[in-house]
Amino acid sequence: MEKFTRFSGVGAPLRRSDVDTDQIIPAVFLKRVTKTGFEDALFYSWRQDPDFVLNRPAYSGASVLVAGADFGTGSSREHAVWALRDFGFRAVLSPRFGDIFRGNSGKQGLLAGQISEEDAVRLWDELEAHPGTEITIDLVERVATIGALSVPFSIDDYTRWRLIEGLDDIGLTLRDEERITEFESRRENWRPKTLPVK
Amino acid sequence: MGKTLAEKVWDDHLVAKGEDGAPDLLYIDLHLVHEVTSPQAFDGLRMAGRPVRRPDLTIATEDHNTPTLAIDRPIADLTSRTQIETLRRNAKEFGVRLHSLGDIEQGIVHVVGPQLGLTMPGITVVCGDSHTSTHGAFGAMAFGIGTSEVEHVLATQTLPLTPFKTMAITVEGELRPGVSAKDIILAVIAKIGTGGGQGYVLEYRGSAIRSLSMEGRMTICNMSIEAGARAGMVAPDAITYDYLHGRPHAPQGEDWDAAVAYWDTLATDDDAVFDAEVFLDADELEPFVTWGTNPGQGVSLSESVPNPAEITDPNSRAAAERALEYMDIAAGTPMKDIAVDAVFMGSCTNSRIEDLRAFTSIIAGQKKADGVRVMVVPGSARVRIEAEAEGLDKIVTDFGGEWRFAGCSMCLGMNPDQLAPGERCASTSNRNFEGRQGKGGRTHLVSPLVAAATAIRGTLSSPWDLVNADADTFVDPNAIDEAAAQQDAAEQNGTLRNARQGANV
Repeated sequence: MEKFTRFSGVGAPLRRSDVDTDQIIPAVFLKRVTKTGFEDALFYSWRQDPDFVLNRPAYSGASVLVAGADFGTGSSREHAVWALRDFGFRAVLSPRFGDIFRGNSGKQGLLAGQISEEDAVRLWDELEAHPGTEITIDLVERVATIGALSVPFSIDDYTRWRLIEGLDDIGLTLRDEERITEFESRRENWRPKTLPVK
Repeated sequence: MGKTLAEKVWDDHLVAKGEDGAPDLLYIDLHLVHEVTSPQAFDGLRMAGRPVRRPDLTIATEDHNTPTLAIDRPIADLTSRTQIETLRRNAKEFGVRLHSLGDIEQGIVHVVGPQLGLTMPGITVVCGDSHTSTHGAFGAMAFGIGTSEVEHVLATQTLPLTPFKTMAITVEGELRPGVSAKDIILAVIAKIGTGGGQGYVLEYRGSAIRSLSMEGRMTICNMSIEAGARAGMVAPDAITYDYLHGRPHAPQGEDWDAAVAYWDTLATDDDAVFDAEVFLDADELEPFVTWGTNPGQGVSLSESVPNPAEITDPNSRAAAERALEYMDIAAGTPMKDIAVDAVFMGSCTNSRIEDLRAFTSIIAGQKKADGVRVMVVPGSARVRIEAEAEGLDKIVTDFGGEWRFAGCSMCLGMNPDQLAPGERCASTSNRNFEGRQGKGGRTHLVSPLVAAATAIRGTLSSPWDLVNADADTFVDPNAIDEAAAQQDAAEQNGTLRNARQGANV
């Protein structure tokens, strides 16, 4: 997982609350065999509308989403996180997240930062007044900044630590890699190997 | 205090002991892969730029989606074809050995591992498939895992796991002819329920288990998951070693001696204590069959469909009522009065050579009942070849049955082999869930011997019901022909080498 300490990218204002994961990615897209390639499925219904925020050229390269309360509620589908990441998002800021979505985000390196309702409105106002403006997300300080506007966000210490260290579950295990290698060095010769028999 | 078999294998694979409630980190000796649960796992590796840590401990086959007819033609179902093609691409990219459809080592993943001699005592085995418990028959710790865990094992060859509790299932006595391993496990599940094994590793013990062949032990361990247990085990013994010795990937020479010396230490210590114990009397056991829609809803074949009104637990009663409605059978119906439309002989539970021998020993020289479709699907390409060398395919086709290519087939509704809505099937597979064998299909789980007798009579039957049947007309599935087994192993080595030259590895 990519390390996340400080990141700047175009912010997209999604002035909606209760964005459930069915909206983020409809069930029809769950049959695929990959974890990637879901970018076209992101917000599939809404993107049929040419005026939808992500269809506007100024926000086309957005990588920070600022959404209303209760983002990512409903179905547990990890595909919702995959779709956001595939589209290019590295962070989502919202006053409240669905629990499962927040957990899934942490596993996939997508920062889900909680902000106040008032700060969400301030960020929306700023991003809409100046389309294409960049937001800087500082995970070490837990602050999001647009020019002179700085708002704090919260994220639990464990997820923050894992994001800063760039550790997913596998990454965590690989911190013990020396022990794995040491274990392997003691592995008896009789134990199975799948390589073709010569 | 001594240790159980499961505890010994666990402790010998500890890379790191979990502290403060954190899980243990366990090393995985053998990772089996198939097309359904692996695509997102490989994709995860690709996204993170990680290699497969130990391709030399990983092996893949195609089984769930594969057709059992016309295997040389493109797979018609697009989703299935995509999954197969994805596995081929992933195996190539990550350097994982794959046995594709048409390859001599292709087959159901849980048949292929033991057949190659990769499954052995005292190892850890995982696969993205709940029937991985099969491999516990060798005294291995073997269990199914989810796709994110598949990715974890591919990347690290380890898994973070919380230790299981241990349960002893002791089966004492001698099975009567016509009663086999499948009847033991169906009776065990009926006794402890589909959730009875949750959180446990089951260890099957006792004289009835000790006298079973490896095939029989695999049948039993295979269905541990139907009792809710992630793993089931049998301590290794001379029968295990005889089965394994000489197989392509079995240890050889000094390695073999070192392995056996270690394997001999694995059996549960006399003073070890299990967290739970269950006993079953093999002498009294009759051929067993399920009447409902979970594997715990079973009775002896001589009994009748139970009456839900007599079940005291309200949840079980409601489940029984729903099951009888789905199965379209009335309470009180003698099981033997139930007519079937189909007989399926196959699946990772019962598709090994010994299963096919048992089945064909009953049907030889007979004709199937009118209107009953009989499908026989060997568990692997090699089992098919071996069976054909013995003329078993001819027995099946003369009987009026269909002889197919290897795969999971009608065990699950994922490939073309499915029941039509409302069709009723006596099946040697492992799950009688609603729609498992096809939407609206009705499944009765049975042993190969019961499947054969049912195919002859058209109604659920045991070999005991066959006219002129006596103890000599069918093979005792518990008996092992050692000379034949050794010859099999020797031939297998030779054929494998020959096949390898042209194999699509």
